[in-house]
Amino acid sequence: MSLITTLARLEAVEAGRAQPLATVRHRHLTDRPLVIVPLTTAGEAGAPLGALVGTDREAPRLLAVAQPRDRDLRFAFLAELAEAVLPHIEAYADVVEPAERNETDPATGKKTKVEVELCTDAPQLIVPSRAGIEFVRLLGRSMRFRRTAEDDPETPYPAPVRVPLLGRWLTHYGERARVPGSSLLLAATDLLNRHWATGQSSLEDQHLGALLAWIDPPGDASGAEAALAAELARDKDGQLLCPPAGPATDPAFDNRLLAPAIERYDRARQALAAAEDGLTADERLGELSKAEREIRSLLARVMLPTWDRVWQGLDLLRELPEGSRAEDRWTRDRWSFTAHRDRVSSGEPPQPRRDDAVTAAQKLASRETAQAQLEAQEALDDPLVLAGRRLAGEAFLADVTEVEMAYTESKRPSPRPLVTLRTDERPHLGERTKVYRSLDGKPQTAEFVRYASGDPGDEGSGEDGPGDSGSGGSGSGGSDVVLVLRIMDRMGRGKEPAPGSLPEPGERITWTLFEHDQRGGPKLPDPEETPWTHGGPPGANAATRAEHPDPVTPEDLL
Amino acid sequence: MDKGVLATALGSPAPFGQSQFAFMRGNAFEAKVKADGGAELLRLLYERLGGGSPAPDQHAATPDLSAAGPEGRAARTALALREATAAGGWALLDHPMLALEVAGSPAYLEPDAVVVHPDGRWTVVEIKSFPMIDASADAAKVGAAARQAAVYVLALERVAAVVEGAEVGHQVLLVCPKDFSNLPTASVVDVRKQRAVTRRQLTRLTRIEDIAQTLPEGTTFDPACGPQELESAVSSVDAAYAPECLAACELAFHCRSRSRAEGAVESLGRSVRGELGGLTTVAGVLAAAAGKEGDPADPTVAALRRAAALRAEALESAALLRVGALESAAAREGAAACR
Repeated sequence: MSLITTLARLEAVEAGRAQPLATVRHRHLTDRPLVIVPLTTAGEAGAPLGALVGTDREAPRLLAVAQPRDRDLRFAFLAELAEAVLPHIEAYADVVEPAERNETDPATGKKTKVEVELCTDAPQLIVPSRAGIEFVRLLGRSMRFRRTAEDDPETPYPAPVRVPLLGRWLTHYGERARVPGSSLLLAATDLLNRHWATGQSSLEDQHLGALLAWIDPPGDASGAEAALAAELARDKDGQLLCPPAGPATDPAFDNRLLAPAIERYDRARQALAAAEDGLTADERLGELSKAEREIRSLLARVMLPTWDRVWQGLDLLRELPEGSRAEDRWTRDRWSFTAHRDRVSSGEPPQPRRDDAVTAAQKLASRETAQAQLEAQEALDDPLVLAGRRLAGEAFLADVTEVEMAYTESKRPSPRPLVTLRTDERPHLGERTKVYRSLDGKPQTAEFVRYASGDPGDEGSGEDGPGDSGSGGSGSGGSDVVLVLRIMDRMGRGKEPAPGSLPEPGERITWTLFEHDQRGGPKLPDPEETPWTHGGPPGANAATRAEHPDPVTPEDLL
Repeated sequence: MDKGVLATALGSPAPFGQSQFAFMRGNAFEAKVKADGGAELLRLLYERLGGGSPAPDQHAATPDLSAAGPEGRAARTALALREATAAGGWALLDHPMLALEVAGSPAYLEPDAVVVHPDGRWTVVEIKSFPMIDASADAAKVGAAARQAAVYVLALERVAAVVEGAEVGHQVLLVCPKDFSNLPTASVVDVRKQRAVTRRQLTRLTRIEDIAQTLPEGTTFDPACGPQELESAVSSVDAAYAPECLAACELAFHCRSRSRAEGAVESLGRSVRGELGGLTTVAGVLAAAAGKEGDPADPTVAALRRAAALRAEALESAALLRVGALESAAAREGAAACR
């Protein structure tokens, strides 16, 4: 946490309300996000208890499992979840626009442009909390290797038809959520924490109810009071007024309400199985569906508050204007979505349990690039984020005082103008440090040349920089430094710089010490050429590497 | 002293509890692992940590450890361990009882199982019901299990010190359900680091008698007392609250409200304190940032003032931008209306 964030948190403590950490919204929100509020059974790995799903806040679809330890009921739940989620995903798969992609021809090694399809928009999933994202991954993992009766008629306990496909999509979304700045699958708590600083610790911020209580406290209550109520307040039955945002449930709910209800359901089911004639069976079927309705209403009662809070959070976020570069990151999400759509339609097998060495290295590299890109773009979009970078000496605001032409000493001299700047900040500049500014949305590079002797106090300090950074008070205004930069690019091909490509005296410009765009790392070898240090080529044992479905036990327990 | 009851009496009850679903599942899984004289457990252990010993056959010893009271059970456990080591075969001790001195008073611990190898090595077995999916489990839960097992290792070492030929393995066996099934799978966890950390912390703990001596005469933590009396009793013991406490301690909510009332910056996280140097209260930091207090030559104060100035400037410029955008939007609308 940077000092500027800490300060915001302390201000929030004093004000009793969350303070802004961003002036624009740094994540893209689609018009129709699909919100999923999942619940899981305590102590079980892959036993969902229920979920609320939908794109309309007034009409969530309630899915529930009356007995989570029953395989058939779990499958029925997953099939229903597939019915709720897949149509939403597939609605976006067919709306495409033409786009170009660079591809290397494997035969010639030449780079060519290929015309491909790009989905014009992508489906966005929102879950309440970070644990919800993990649960989406877990659900994906538990479903994608399942076999349906169609895949293999011999398979024991075949899964419903669309379940493996949902597993592959949820896996893709879970995996994409690990890419910094991506918006395909988002947690409401992460979104809110990115944009507001509360007066509590980041651990307590994982509680959606407490977090919203700080940002948008009900009535006249202070954030701290409202958050405490959200954390602890219980009704006369000992149930939390603000149930946990899931997927884990409150133990008091499990023990006092859910367990007895499930027991009643089990008894009703046994009674139905023992029924001897049609008339009793009818009567007991009525008992069974009553028990099931009871469980459904219990689950709805603990999920609805979370459902409303997720939408409340989205409302708050929509009040912020979207950062101009968030759209660019969303385009990458669209590419990711389109690529997975293509993999599914071309009949590729589900994602493997473990990535091979090359894929893993690629994922890691792309996440690192995305992280650096996200940090740069957020700073460029948002003066408040930039302030943090300025405090760290990684960016500075400066007034242009003079522009002097200079040229390279080659046969065909190119312009390398020297720009003199005055600033009261203390960026970490060393000899030939590259700095960047945004020129019509593209970065222009400059090199640091020297500190000019504009400030008598700094005379003789040379290129090591005057004083240590961060210690100067920017408010005092008496400690300006003057520095000289050499512009390196974006001035056109001619001998004279293109018009508008140079800073003008009197202009106030933001310079950054970090790059605006991130270049990808070096190319990785093909999987067939994986070095032995990384396990060797996967081809040798490809047959054994083929992914088998998880073993199933005849017992119906998990 | 029951901290949970105390917390309730203080008016900030602990939010902990275990769901009976998790409880049942944990018990059912442990029973499955230990079924059949622990054959499955010993098979897993032999696969992972067998070393050069012969494979455990059907008749691994499973000594009876029942006795009256924790002291009796601990003594019975020590005896069984000595006998099993002398016998030189495999032995499985189901829920043994171990004693460990914590801050000068004995604490009794009950590991899920301890296995004695034919070569005299003792291995702690932890059976947990969180899943190991594709051979990896939740890192936080594995860490907690490793810390727990490290305490058992320390307690076992005290017994092993007086048993000839005995040695406590620093690798423990963690048994979890495999993927989404209830089939057990196991993984070896090296707890040397956790053991060293725990040992160091145990030696550094202030002895309970020493804490008791510093308390004023007549201090009582009896939950039957009034909240005010309890409040002053609890505040006479030092506590260093940090948000991490919320996950572990029954009194954390009480300590948090105290920490917040004092305006301590630690209530926002331990790292915050590190950033703020000598400034320890929220009001103090904000006053320093606003330029009302503090020595401008102090690097923390200078950095804070600069951070505050930069933050204010950024918020102002953003507000101006937004006003500008609204005005131009209004102007456009106005123009449209005129037309």
